[in-house]
Amino acid sequence: MFSGDMATAGEILRRSLTDEVGVSKGSVSGSEELHVLAVDDSFVDRKVIERLLKISSCKVTVVESGSRALQYLGLDGEKSSVGFNDLKINLIMTDYSMPGMTGYELLKKIKESSAFREIPVVIMSSENILTRIDRCLEEGAEEYILKPVKLSDVKRIKDVIMGGDGKQKKRRSVRKRGREDRNLFTITIVACTVILIDCV
Amino acid sequence: MDSVVLLQRQLVDYTAQLFNEGFLDDQFNQLQQLQDESNPDFVVEVVTLFFEDSERLLNELAKALEQQSIDYRKIDAHVHQLKGSSSSIGAQRVQKVCIAFRNYCEERNIEGCQKCLQQVKNEYSLVKTKLETLFKLEQQVLSAGGSIPWPM
Repeated sequence: MFSGDMATAGEILRRSLTDEVGVSKGSVSGSEELHVLAVDDSFVDRKVIERLLKISSCKVTVVESGSRALQYLGLDGEKSSVGFNDLKINLIMTDYSMPGMTGYELLKKIKESSAFREIPVVIMSSENILTRIDRCLEEGAEEYILKPVKLSDVKRIKDVIMGGDGKQKKRRSVRKRGREDRNLFTITIVACTVILIDCV
Repeated sequence: MDSVVLLQRQLVDYTAQLFNEGFLDDQFNQLQQLQDESNPDFVVEVVTLFFEDSERLLNELAKALEQQSIDYRKIDAHVHQLKGSSSSIGAQRVQKVCIAFRNYCEERNIEGCQKCLQQVKNEYSLVKTKLETLFKLEQQVLSAGGSIPWPM
């Protein structure tokens, strides 16, 4: 559906964003490496999470806000963005309390997207508030971990993500469907109806 | 050789003291674990970021508390950030004051907030001095040809 030009423009945008935000290359074997997108508004925490992930043999992209994360994923309304397969993000780890867009709002946007809803999202927060935790889990977060994040947290999460690769997460279902789903559903019904009418 | 051992002993003792006095907690150990030959200055780098960030936040807090009409939400936001970054590097005493500070914010208690600002400035200043001393001791060990005995 996209013209070649628009796809290229999307690529260039993605690449310049990548340069800006600092993609760090992990070890060899790029295809088997977990690529994690980390989102945090704190300088200190960004540095720490980046190191935690790199030392755990992950490829890391760190951004400082939810809106930058959406830009990186191509979910900021730019219709010309390249699809999910080109990016290959395996995990998103986001801080909860951020100015502008909270981690919860970012989570919602990701789960509403047909391209990215399957990517596990982990929420990080310094606050142990049960209602907040419940809300995040209900919205489809993989986990809610307490800050400060430790090496053992990252290791555990990595094991879960890599271990559960074959089977999709069943215990936490995404209750809300995205707008794209509804449109697709409607189109399918209309198409089927047209076909049926045609046959009669 | 003796001087290296002595310096290492000094470093170990000083670090233990900082933990005992509550200036640092286990998160500092976590940071040490993230340092290796490929990233030999990781801890110094993170702590330096913490210093820069904290100084900015303390300035913002001082300004905010001088206003005619106090914006408690803004103050709370700054304290929350300071609490977060101090927690991330293991600066326990700074973190503890931040918790009290946030409570006063919630109560909209101006005096409590001012008291906490003073306290957090003191604690920050203390931990900064101590960490700088710690890093100096590390440098001395390395310069004398020794290695840093982390994690403890």
